[in-house]
Amino acid sequence: MSAREDVLSRISTALRDRPTAPPIARTYHQRNATAGIDLVDLFTERALDYAAVLRRCDASTLIATIESVLAAHGARRVVAPSGLPREWLPTAMRDEPAISVAELDQVDGVLTSCAVAIALTGTVVLDHGPGQGRRALTLIPDLHVLVVRAGQIVHGVPDALALLDPTRATTWISGPSATSDIELTRVEGVHGPRRLEVIVCTTDTAATTKGTLS
Amino acid sequence: MTYLGMPKAPRGVGQLRGDETFPAAAASALSNRQLRTNLAHATSTIRTKRLAAVAELDDWEQLRAAGAAIKDDVLAHLGDYLVQLERNVTARGGIVHWARDANEANEIVTSLVLAKGVDEVVKVKSMVTAEIGLNEALAAAGVTAHETDLAELIVQLGHDRPSHILVPAIHRNRAEIREIFLREMGDVDARLSDEPAALAEAARRHLRAIFLRAEVAISGANFAVAETGALAVVESEGNGRMCLTLPRTLITVMGIEKVVPTWRDLEVFLQLLPRSSTAERMNPYTSTWAGSVDGQEFHLVLLDNGRTATLADPKGRAALRCIRCSACLNVCPVYERTGGHAYGSVYPGPIGAVLSPQLTGTAANASLPFASTLCGACFDACPVAIDIPSMLVHLRARVVDEKRADHVLPNPEAVAMRAAAWSMGSSRRWRRVLRLLRVGRVLGRRSGRIRRLPPPLSAWTATRDAPRPPKQSFGDWWVRGGGRS
Repeated sequence: MSAREDVLSRISTALRDRPTAPPIARTYHQRNATAGIDLVDLFTERALDYAAVLRRCDASTLIATIESVLAAHGARRVVAPSGLPREWLPTAMRDEPAISVAELDQVDGVLTSCAVAIALTGTVVLDHGPGQGRRALTLIPDLHVLVVRAGQIVHGVPDALALLDPTRATTWISGPSATSDIELTRVEGVHGPRRLEVIVCTTDTAATTKGTLS
Repeated sequence: MTYLGMPKAPRGVGQLRGDETFPAAAASALSNRQLRTNLAHATSTIRTKRLAAVAELDDWEQLRAAGAAIKDDVLAHLGDYLVQLERNVTARGGIVHWARDANEANEIVTSLVLAKGVDEVVKVKSMVTAEIGLNEALAAAGVTAHETDLAELIVQLGHDRPSHILVPAIHRNRAEIREIFLREMGDVDARLSDEPAALAEAARRHLRAIFLRAEVAISGANFAVAETGALAVVESEGNGRMCLTLPRTLITVMGIEKVVPTWRDLEVFLQLLPRSSTAERMNPYTSTWAGSVDGQEFHLVLLDNGRTATLADPKGRAALRCIRCSACLNVCPVYERTGGHAYGSVYPGPIGAVLSPQLTGTAANASLPFASTLCGACFDACPVAIDIPSMLVHLRARVVDEKRADHVLPNPEAVAMRAAAWSMGSSRRWRRVLRLLRVGRVLGRRSGRIRRLPPPLSAWTATRDAPRPPKQSFGDWWVRGGGRS
């Protein structure tokens, strides 16, 4: 008997008493539990709790904000994934053809957009689609500048999962990398980017930030 | 009963059994003052934080109930979900392997690594690979496994064993960690301070080059979604992302109970896990992937190693709901004092006391179900509502039943219990026994406690004090009118 058949047959033997699982009651907060909540404010507050740096701007000041964030870190060699609006950073190194890992280790930072952001937990999720790049791009450089459009902010984890394609690779980022392995004291910045700068672009406010997606 | 015939986790490989019993190991741990100080500090810190993180969600109890129900559904249909997972991982370019036990899993992984012609791998922190002793198996084949989680690195460089599920080096303080790094890393400035930030920086430098050159990575998995083939790894440092992303080959080893039915089910666990383990709203990084990504070769090893034996006990199988958050360790008055090593298994604390004996068979871990005060704090803290106290009582009965089945001659404990049952069987007999016990008043005159009894009663007082018997029993006092005021 193969290991597969053996394990499967052990499982049916183990379940000879035919246990029945009760139906799953999803009585916890479902999607769009957002009445009266300003998602941009909540996301801002929660992301700041992780010692991420966060700035707010609107469409007219987005490019200037990106420039000033990069200047504040002295970041000159900055990578941008394909699909990111070129005007956001005309001087960026594009990842086409793919930049080598060794070269990524030498750049000053990376600028990306995101797929969705979660207000309640201050989380930004990448699905590595256009404007977000392959996974290594946002992992190796020490500075990650992330642009979140206000309309991409949802309330909770259930809202975010519903919008994501489960067959794509996703990366959920909540603040800079961190460890609590030494005496449970939190230290920010281990292997991933040690500095995370989030820019929330709030042009499309009003209707779209109150719990529905643009 | 069905669990008796099921194959257990084999002996001689991995880390599910200690070299000594819990009471013996605990006695030496308790005499280590540094250990007790480190543990008290760490567990009290995390306990306070967890309470705040949980209190913030007004639907916590509903999430907990849903988490338990989803896991029970998984266990009731485990075979179906595993076959579905296998189909979807395969459809997305992954290769699925099945392993009956630790030895088989180690062979599969070792031969995959050797086939790549490499002599080193990078590893994401993973309980299951510690359970099966994968690093030792790889070392025997000439392959160095680099642990990349900071705490695992501290344990590995310290030639030590992990003592906590979430923070394996919880028993070490910053000064000890600095010493280990200076001694073992070989590339550290002697002026290294013992600030956690400086120590983390030293680890980053040490591992950076290894990450960039490694060709094979090994990980565990927190969740595997049957309906889509997606796997999830939840972490903090970014070492997980490094391992999952950069090497050209990724091998993931997971216990068969880690499967969840749907992508949507993650909405429950991604809320329960971070708040219960690191007491954060969300852990810094979560990675999900389905099959092969960006041309990476992906292998998934599905491991039994005593899980089906655990599944076979209807009163014990809920231990397989465990999502390895470690909240039960941090609230346990026994764990807080003894630390994790005393449990002898990579799964310490309350969950370890119910899981390890079921994976190995209770005979191999007979003292663990007794390593508890049954206070119930673990049940309250458990995000998937595992009733650990009831399960401990059930396993204690299993230990006694199995001992009774094995012994031709009853052991002293069984004799004592039978004698107690006989004397408590009639009030006359019982009163006479209590009067007889008064001779015990020659002992413990100074403190009112008896610290040491002669053999065979010394087995009782080795780990507890006995109270000095009173002059008269309550029954005698009552009969003589003591109850009337």
